[in-house]
Amino acid sequence: MFKNIMHHRAASADDCAKLCCTKIEHFGVKAGRLTILDDVNIHIHCGQLTAIIGPNGAGKSTLLRSILGEIPHSGSLHYADAKGKHTGHPVIGYVPQYLRFDLSAPTSVCDIFMACLTNKPVWLWPSKSLRPRIEKSLDRVHAAHLIDRRLGALSGGELQRVLLALALDPMPDLLLLDEPVSGVDQNGLELFYEIVAELREEEDMAIILISHDLNMVARHADQVVLLDHHVVTSGTPDEVFADERTREIFGMLAGVSAEAEARSGQDYVATDVAKGE
Amino acid sequence: MDIVYSVLDTLLPFEWAGHMFMKNALLAVLLVTPLFGLLSTMVVSNRMAFFSDSLGHGAFTGIAIGALVGLVSPLVSLIIFSVVFALLITWISNRAKASTDTIIGVFSSMAIALGLMLMTHGGSFNKYSAYLVGDILSVTPDELLGLLVVGGLVVLAWGLLFNRLLILSINASFARSRGISVMLTEGLFASLLAVVVSISIQWVGILIINALLVLPAAAARNIANSVKEYHVASVGISLLSGITGLILAYELGMAAGATIVVVASVLFFLTLAISSRRRR
Repeated sequence: MFKNIMHHRAASADDCAKLCCTKIEHFGVKAGRLTILDDVNIHIHCGQLTAIIGPNGAGKSTLLRSILGEIPHSGSLHYADAKGKHTGHPVIGYVPQYLRFDLSAPTSVCDIFMACLTNKPVWLWPSKSLRPRIEKSLDRVHAAHLIDRRLGALSGGELQRVLLALALDPMPDLLLLDEPVSGVDQNGLELFYEIVAELREEEDMAIILISHDLNMVARHADQVVLLDHHVVTSGTPDEVFADERTREIFGMLAGVSAEAEARSGQDYVATDVAKGE
Repeated sequence: MDIVYSVLDTLLPFEWAGHMFMKNALLAVLLVTPLFGLLSTMVVSNRMAFFSDSLGHGAFTGIAIGALVGLVSPLVSLIIFSVVFALLITWISNRAKASTDTIIGVFSSMAIALGLMLMTHGGSFNKYSAYLVGDILSVTPDELLGLLVVGGLVVLAWGLLFNRLLILSINASFARSRGISVMLTEGLFASLLAVVVSISIQWVGILIINALLVLPAAAARNIANSVKEYHVASVGISLLSGITGLILAYELGMAAGATIVVVASVLFFLTLAISSRRRR
């Protein structure tokens, strides 16, 4: 728990000189005349969970997709490992928000893992030797029992965990999580955040999370970025939730912000973490 | 070829198998229906039924252009046109803001209208009408050899392409994060479909070719629970309806292509009944 607090206190706009970190510099995305993202600068350290919050249509998913390189954008992405050597583009793991696949598709969890891990055609020679590795991956997200289930037969939370396990093999430097707005129940959501928190502790990876649950963000994030086409404000959860502009954007919806204001920063984090356990 | 024929004679001592054209047709069915079974799995999983339908329409124009230009053999010009047509649809629907359905609709209607325009030029439409229904009994030994080569290539390509297509069918951004080029994968799959459709259109017919790209997998997914089962069932159903349809068509004196499709539809409803009973 003490470590947790230390994390929260780590200055988020720290210089990248000594630590392994990812820098998003001057990201801009335009769709026709509409500016979706404008001069977005975010620094993310490894071992840190950065939550991106913002109103609907603020460009949160667009940001993740341009980090992936799927959407043409201006600006650049720099990644440096702990030794300060530039390793170019980081290995990115991505957990998508929407899945438009056909729920009746006869694709099992094991099939999709094999498709991702080997070039051997799944329809011809599903390689049995991969099974232990897949089970291990799934076990990390408490989903080993789902290995032979059809993807379409999973609940929202189960599917999200399976996708997380997929994003973690091979282990990425940067993990992008786009949290679904709906379809995951409260228990599923909490389990998901617990797993992400474990990951942050155990693996030295940077995590960017788009979240719609401000309570979860307050409890788990090290750094919060309020995005509305540009970075409105960023900092520790307390700083951001105490900010005038955050309350303006989220209105009274965020009971968190009032709570955060009422207490001193450290207290608030400590009690909230205690509550979570 | 003679060896194959004598093997068929020993294996199938039936009246219908005595005819040379039926032997050739049977071989063609054995070669081509598994390909439809394979490709159909992803046509259905990626919701591309409308796209594959438009390929048949595109072939309409391809045939007309091939006959008019006459520089290369009609089949080669048909294949080239279909591949270009398929790639153009893929490319534009990836870039444009309009929905994929609309784009395919535009291309599909344009192709069929253009084809009709060219074919009716000089009032000579009748010579093309064979393509509408198709005739599998007209297949020649040379064409069978060509089919064997193409079939081998398609299976090979399917081996290389399938895993990527499967990942892509989950989510395009996710595929991107695994280093898969969306355009390249979709383009290759579209070309593969275009080649198979243009080669088999003279035997199956424009009107019903899409049925063979949809029905086998549609039936297979009713009973399959994994990718492997899906493929086995789809290819099996495709083969079964091909053979049964051909024999039925001979015995009853009807168009082979249409009979094959009807058998496949019956199989679809059978599997649907099985699956709804199983899930109850």
